[in-house]
Amino acid sequence: MAIPPEPEPARRDVIHDIGYRKYSGARLGESYTWRTLYELGVWHCFGIGRAARYKVLPMMMLAIMMIPALIIVGVQVIVDLDRQVLPYSRYAVIMQLVISIFVAVQAPALIARDLRYRVITLYLARPLRLDTYVYARVASLATGLLVLTGLPLLVLYAGSLLAGLPPGSETRDMLTALAGAAILSVVLACIAGVVSAWTTRRGFAIAAIITTLVMSYSVVATIQGIANEQGNTEVAGYAGLFTPFTLVDGIQVALFNTEASTSEGPPGATGGLVFAAVAVALVAVCLLVLLRRFRKVAGR
Amino acid sequence: MTLIATRDLTKTFPQVTALDSLTIDVEAGVTGLVGANGAGKSTLIKILLGLLPATSGSASVLGLDVAREGTQIRAQVGYMPEHDCLPPDVSATELVVHLARISGLPPDAARERSADILRHVGLAEERYRPIGGYSTGMRQRVKLAQAIVHDPELVFLDEPTNGLDPLGRDDMLALIRRIGSEFGIAVLVTSHLLGELERTSDNIVVIDAGRLLRASSTADFTQTTGILTVEVQDLVGGASPRDRLGQALAEKDLRVTPGAAGVLRVEIVDESTYDIVRDVVAELGLGLVRLQQARHRIEDIFTADMATEGAPHGDPA
Repeated sequence: MAIPPEPEPARRDVIHDIGYRKYSGARLGESYTWRTLYELGVWHCFGIGRAARYKVLPMMMLAIMMIPALIIVGVQVIVDLDRQVLPYSRYAVIMQLVISIFVAVQAPALIARDLRYRVITLYLARPLRLDTYVYARVASLATGLLVLTGLPLLVLYAGSLLAGLPPGSETRDMLTALAGAAILSVVLACIAGVVSAWTTRRGFAIAAIITTLVMSYSVVATIQGIANEQGNTEVAGYAGLFTPFTLVDGIQVALFNTEASTSEGPPGATGGLVFAAVAVALVAVCLLVLLRRFRKVAGR
Repeated sequence: MTLIATRDLTKTFPQVTALDSLTIDVEAGVTGLVGANGAGKSTLIKILLGLLPATSGSASVLGLDVAREGTQIRAQVGYMPEHDCLPPDVSATELVVHLARISGLPPDAARERSADILRHVGLAEERYRPIGGYSTGMRQRVKLAQAIVHDPELVFLDEPTNGLDPLGRDDMLALIRRIGSEFGIAVLVTSHLLGELERTSDNIVVIDAGRLLRASSTADFTQTTGILTVEVQDLVGGASPRDRLGQALAEKDLRVTPGAAGVLRVEIVDESTYDIVRDVVAELGLGLVRLQQARHRIEDIFTADMATEGAPHGDPA
C-alpha cells in the first residue's frame, strides 16, 4: 500500500540558530600577524579601509606633495629643458612642512591610539610579542611616509624621461633620492612615534611633532646662517645634525654626492660618517624608548 | 583535567605583595575567582597569560609553563580585561575581525567567526557602528567577543559584570554559563561579588590578600545546613503567627531563631524535627507556606562571625 507522500511544506526563509561552532581551521604564526598589522597600518596611513573623514587629511597631503612635481613636469615638457629644474634629492627638504603635517597626524593615530585606549592589552593577550607589534607599527608609518615622499619622485622621473633627459643619470639620481627618502621615512617615523607615545593626547601629540620638526629646522637654519657669516663652515655643516630633514640630506650628500639642500653639507668624509652614525643611533634609541614605553603601559 | 595549576606562586611589587605563595588547581568548566578589590585576581591572570613574571613559584596553563611558553599559552586562551580597552573610532566588527587575525586566523575565517561570535554575544546591527557610541553593556559584549573569537580552550574574564545594571549583569552571567557549557570553553571568571558567581560557576576559588582562602565546588559552598526554614501565615488573621509558632517550638525543646518576615529558622535535631514542626503548625491552626532545608550562601564564609547574631527566639518572657 502506497502512502501518498506528505505535501512539502511551503519553503520559508528562516534563520537557523546553528549554535556555537568550534574552530578547527588553521592558526597562522607570527609572520602572518606581523604582516596583518603592517599592511593594515600602511592602508590606515592614508585612511584606506576607514571612514571618509579619516581619508581627508592624508589624501590632501599626498595631493599637495604631488603638485610641485606635476608643475615641474608640465614646465619641463612644454619648455623642453635639458636638465632637472629641481634635483630629486632636494624635494623632501622643500616639502618638509607637508611631510611634517602628515607624520604629525598619522603617528598618533597609528602608534599612540593603542596606548591611549589601552587596546595594546588586547594585542598582547595574543601570540604576538611586544617587539613585533612595535616594529610593525613603526614600519607601517615609515612605509606610509615613503609613499608620500617617493611618489612625487616617480612623477618627476617620468616627466624627465618624457622631456628626453638622459635616462642613465636620471635613473641613478632618482634611485639615490628614493634611498634618501627611505632613510628619511624611517627616521621621521621613529621620532614621531616616540613623541606621540609620550603625549597620548592626540592634539598634544600633533602639536608636539610639528613643533619638534619645524622648530628644529628653524634653529638649524639660524645656526647655519650665523656660522656661515663668521666663516665657520664646520659648525654650519654639523648644525645639520639637529633636524631630521637636514640630517638625512647630509647623508645623501655624503653617500651619493648630491647637492646639499642647506647652506653647508657635512664637512668631509668624517662629517658624512658622523651624520650616518647619528641617524643609526637616533633610530635605535627611538625604538628602544618606544619599546620601553609600551612595555611600561602594557605592564599596568 | 587540570587546566591551571599554580605552586607557591608569589608576586611582589615594590610596595605590595599581590600574590603570597598561592597554590591552586583549576579544572574544566566555569571557575569563579573571588576576592575583594586588590586581592590579586588581575595579577594572577596576567601571570597566567605569561605577561607578568612571577617573583617566585611556578604556574602552568593547559600544561604549558607560564614563564617559558607564554606565546603558546596565549594562542590557546582568551582574555577579557577588567578595564576599558576599546578604540572608539572603529566598529565592533572591524575590531573583532582584526583581533581574530592577530590571533592567527586567516582573513576569511576571521570574518566568519567574528560575525558568529558577535551574534552569540548579542550584538546586532550596532556592530557596524563605531564603538565610541556604545553603552557599557555593549562594550562588555565586544570585550567578551574578542576574547572568544579564536575559539580558545580557556578564557579569562576579569570582572565581566563591572558597571552593568542588574539586567545586563544577568545577561552577562547567562552568557558566561553558555560559554562554559554549550561552547565548551573553560572559563576563569573573577568577581568581587560573591553572590553572582554562585549561580554561574561550577567551582569557586576565594583569594584574599594574595592568599588562598578556600577552593571547592560551588555545591560544597552552598551545601545544605542543619537549619530548617519555616514560613507560616495565620489564615484567620491572628497576630504574629511566627512568634506564636516560635514559642510553641521552643517549648518542645527546639532551638529557634527568627529570620526575615514570617520566617523561622529551626535547628534540625533529627528526622523527628520535621514531624514536630508539622504537628505544632497544625495545632496552632496556622498555614504552612514553606518548610525547607536552608542552604549556605557563599557569603556565609565571609560572614561566619555574624552567624550568631540575633538572640534565640521564644524565651518565655
